[in-house]
Order: sequence, then C-alpha cells, then structure tokens
Amino acid sequence: MLRFLLTRLGLLIPTFLGVTLIAFLFIRLLPGDPIEILAGERGVSPERHARLMRELGFDRPLWEQYLGYLGDVLQGDLGRSIVTKQPVIREFLTLFPATLELSLCAILLAVVIGLPVGILAAVRRGTVFDHSVMAVTLTGYSMPIFWWGLLLIILFSGILGWTPVSGRLSLLYYVEPVTGFMLIDTLLSDQEGAFLSALRHLILPTAVLGTIPLAVIARQTRSAMLEVLGEDYVRTARAKGLPPRRVIGLHALRNALIPVVTTIGLQVGVLLAGAILTETIFSWPGVGKWLVDSIFRRDYPAVQGGLLLIASLVMLVNLVVDLLYGLINPRIRHRRA
Amino acid sequence: MARAPETLDRPAEDALGPEPPGPFREFWHDYRQNRGAVAGLVFLLLLVAVALLADLVAPHAPDVQYRDAFLTPPVWQEGGSWRFPLGTDATGRDILSRIIFGSRYSLSIGFLVIVLSLLGGITIGLFAGFFRGWIDTLVMRLMDVLIAIPGLLLALVVVAIMGPGLFNAMFAIAIVYLPHFVRLTRAATLAELSRDYVTGSRVAGAGLARLMFVTVLPNCMPPLIVQATLSFSTAVLDMAALGFLGMGAQPPTPEWGTMLADAREFILRAWWVVTFPGMAILFTVLAINLVGDGLRDVLDPKLKRS
Repeated sequence: MLRFLLTRLGLLIPTFLGVTLIAFLFIRLLPGDPIEILAGERGVSPERHARLMRELGFDRPLWEQYLGYLGDVLQGDLGRSIVTKQPVIREFLTLFPATLELSLCAILLAVVIGLPVGILAAVRRGTVFDHSVMAVTLTGYSMPIFWWGLLLIILFSGILGWTPVSGRLSLLYYVEPVTGFMLIDTLLSDQEGAFLSALRHLILPTAVLGTIPLAVIARQTRSAMLEVLGEDYVRTARAKGLPPRRVIGLHALRNALIPVVTTIGLQVGVLLAGAILTETIFSWPGVGKWLVDSIFRRDYPAVQGGLLLIASLVMLVNLVVDLLYGLINPRIRHRRA
Repeated sequence: MARAPETLDRPAEDALGPEPPGPFREFWHDYRQNRGAVAGLVFLLLLVAVALLADLVAPHAPDVQYRDAFLTPPVWQEGGSWRFPLGTDATGRDILSRIIFGSRYSLSIGFLVIVLSLLGGITIGLFAGFFRGWIDTLVMRLMDVLIAIPGLLLALVVVAIMGPGLFNAMFAIAIVYLPHFVRLTRAATLAELSRDYVTGSRVAGAGLARLMFVTVLPNCMPPLIVQATLSFSTAVLDMAALGFLGMGAQPPTPEWGTMLADAREFILRAWWVVTFPGMAILFTVLAINLVGDGLRDVLDPKLKRS
C-alpha cells in the first residue's frame, strides 16, 4: 500500500508543476503590460513603472521569474488582489467554506438519492420504474443548470414564496463565523430561527448543484449493479437460497460500489465548475462567484491564485479517490503497484 | 413493431440468397432499435432544418425591437397575442424568432468546437502514440494538467486571456475538450500499433503519414465518434454557460445562453423570457445525448453499459 501511495504521489508532482506553470503563464499571456495589469485601472507613471518592473522581477528571464513564482507558491504566497489588496490565499480561504458547504450538501443529496434509485432501477430492470429513472436522469444530465436554477427561483421564490432568492442567511441575523459552515455556525449561535434561515437559503442551490452528479451517480450505480448481478457469484448466492435482500445488499452492492466510488470522486471537478454557475445565480458568497467577479473586475492575481488552488484541490481529491479505490479493490493495488 | 411490412416489400431474392446489407444499412438497422436515439435524431434534423430556414420560418427578425410590445406574455396567457407566440423580451423582441435564429449559433458553435477539438486531438494523439519517448510523456503530462482544471474554469481563464466573444469562447471550449480526444486517440493508436496489419503495412514500405492517417486512424475512429457526439452536447451546454456569464456571444446576438443572461433581471416579472431559451438548450442537449447513446450502442458495443 505504501508503494502504491508513493507512486501515485510521484505522478502528482509533474502535474502540479504543470498547473503552476499555466497559472504563471496566465498573467503573462494577458494582452498588455504585466505592471499595468497589476496596477489596475489607475495606471502608473513611467518612473514607477520602471521601478516596479525591476522590483517585481519582470525584467529577468522568464525561467527565473517562474522559479521565483514557484518558490512563492510553495510558501503559500499567491500574491495580492488588485481590488482589495488582501493576500489572495486569505480571500480564497475566507470564501471557501461557503463553497465547501454547498458542494458537500450537493454531493450528499446526489448520493442519498442517486444510489438507492440506481440500485432499484437495476433490480427492477425493464420496468416502468427503470425506464422513468433512465429518462429523468438523462434529462438531469442534459440540464443547463444555470437555467434550472432560474426556474426553481421562479417557482419556489417567485410563485410559492417558500425560499429566499439569494445569499446564505437572512439579514436579520448576524452569526460569528466559527467553522465557516453556516448550518453549524447558526446552531452554535443559539439564535432563534437562524438555523432554519440558513437551511432555507441552502436548499435551492443544493438542488441545482446536485442535479448533474445525481443523474450521473444514479446511472453509474444502475449499470454497475446490472453488471455485477450477472456475475457467477451472485448466481451462486441466489442458488444457495439466500434471501434476495441479502444477495443484493451484500454480494452485489459491495462489488458494484467500487466503480461508483470513483464516479463520486470524479464529480468534484463537476461540482466546482457547477459552483461557478450556481453561486453566480444565487449570489452565494463562495469561491465560484468570487472567480467570476474577479475576471470581470480584471483582478488577475485573484484569478491566477484561484485557478491554482482549485486545480490543486481537484488533483488532491482525485488522489484520495485513487487511494480509496486501491483500498477497497485489492486487485487494482496489486496490479498497478 | 413496424418492421414486418418492409421485409414483405423487398423484391424476391435471387438464388444466391439475400445480398449482405451495405455498411450504412447495417448501421441503420442497429441504430433504429433504440427508439430514444431515433427520436433524438429526428429532433436534431428538424432543428437543423429550422436553423437553415430561419429566415423563412421565423415570424420576425431576431433583433427588431417592437416599442409597442415590451414584455408581452405568450399567446395562451392573458395579454398575449398570436403576433408574438412566445411573448417578447424587455426590449420588445420576439422570443420565438430569437430562439429560431439562436439555433444557428448553438448548433454551428457546438459542431465547430468539436471539429476543432477532434482534429487537434487526433493529430496530437497520433504523434504521441507513434513517437512515444519524451514527446509522449510531455504531451500526456500536459493533458493531465488540462484535465485537472474544471472545464468551465479553464474556458473562463482562456476567455479572460483572449477577451470575451463568440470565437474566443469557441476556441476556449475546444481546448477544454482537447485532452479527452488526445487520450482516446493515443490509447487506440497504441492498441492498434501492435497488430499484425500495421506491421504488414510497415514492411510493405508505407510511409509515416500513410501509416498514421490511412492505416491506423480509421480503426481508432469508433470511440472517437462516440466521444465527439457526447462532447458535442456538453459543448453546447458550456457555450450557453459562457454566454450566460457574459463571456461568450455578446448581446444582441440571439445566442440562447446570452438571451438568458439578458433575461435574469426579469425572472420574477416575466417567466417566459427565461423559460423558453433554456428549454431550447435542454431539448437540444437531450437530443444530442440520445443520439450519442444510440451511436455508442452501435459503434462501440464494448462501451455499452447495460
């Protein structure tokens, strides 16, 4: 297992370097002069321009600049936002819990509904239930989620008036951020109704962000179950006279879960891309909305830092999924390592 | 189902027995087993027809603003009229006509993106597979990096570099899909290169270009075609998403995602402004996905999941 872990980590390093290289080149590929980009709309005088050029090292050869950037990144320095003058990493970390809370709820929703539905569809293959599941999940998979979010707002906020349109918490409450998760913080704050308010703000974004992962997980679970249900050991278990519930729950499901775990892990990229759209629609103060706003504000150091951090996050989660996969499926571990 | 009459109508077979069906016939026979795939294909063909004939089909020009008809509701709602079947937007433009003209953008953009991405991916993948060594390693690591960045984020970053606009957004999304085609082509190439027919062709003196594009490539195509169709649908979605974020086609282009961006502030007052363009996106993407599933079942039975 240790060797497996080390090989995987070894493969990660060149990819991480590649991501830093792309983030580094991003600022330099932008049209215009890097100093002017960093200075924003105010512009700089020629003397200050020359001095900054030297101070920030833009007059050195590219590879030297890159090594400098890489050194900064490894020390956790991702530069400063042009707009707020705050370190980019601090801005990211302040907003990230909001995105994490939303993404976790979305993936939870997707698993809690998608998994049983997929299993049931496989067990009842060919029935009306199965066909409806396939039709609904294909629709979910084809959904433009930004439009889906707007529709839900029209229905639940506009017509029914059940849910708020935007934000994480009603303005009536102020909650000291402890964990950054609004659901937990409101519980800790002991304010009457605050938790319910946070929950009502969370429901629609969760449903929107969870839609595509839900469809993918349900379909993947169904096909994995179908494959396993045709295996010899399932037939043997049935022939032994085990109750169907036990055959499906124990013999089949355990093996079918292996590819499903990978699928769930792969949804992280989908979730983060979806968060960009979902947060924009619901004015959810997370890193997705922050990235879009930063692009519009031409806050390029923020975009650069966000790009690096999100790509690193995706790589890290993929690594964990890979390891988990090796852990639950010894065949993989021994073959590849 | 309705298959029996066709066999009856066929001319009597000669003594040699039935002629083997041509490749297209065989393909179609397999393809039409999947009712959803046929429905998707019919919808897409209709959409292509509508896009081509937009000037004839659409009741109005897409960018004419009727100053007497701001935010007119659709015909079945009170205040609506047949003049604007699906209502008008905030500047008095006919929504149905804009959706009809918008189909041109969504279809051609999705198609161009995939062609661009497919051509690039095939070329890079073939070179990586043929030359192996450091070129291969370098290319594949680069693809790993591109895949680590969530698609929409990568597209946004490319658009930030190149500036918003229809063509830049297309290019950005083509880059997003490139790694998938490179990986598929390379994997298929490696599998084919060890086959005898490739060695045979090599021994017979085929040059590198011939080996690549004439000998090996055709045998790598089925998974690429399937991936291309499935990516086509996500490309349409991503393009609409970029338009929605204000990074794709710019107003007043009647691109569906851009129409949604314009409509956002009116959602609670005029539901139709938001609903119909999104419906157009959903149905188109759904139809493409149905066709993609059908193609997968026929062309690449190994990938068939159930």
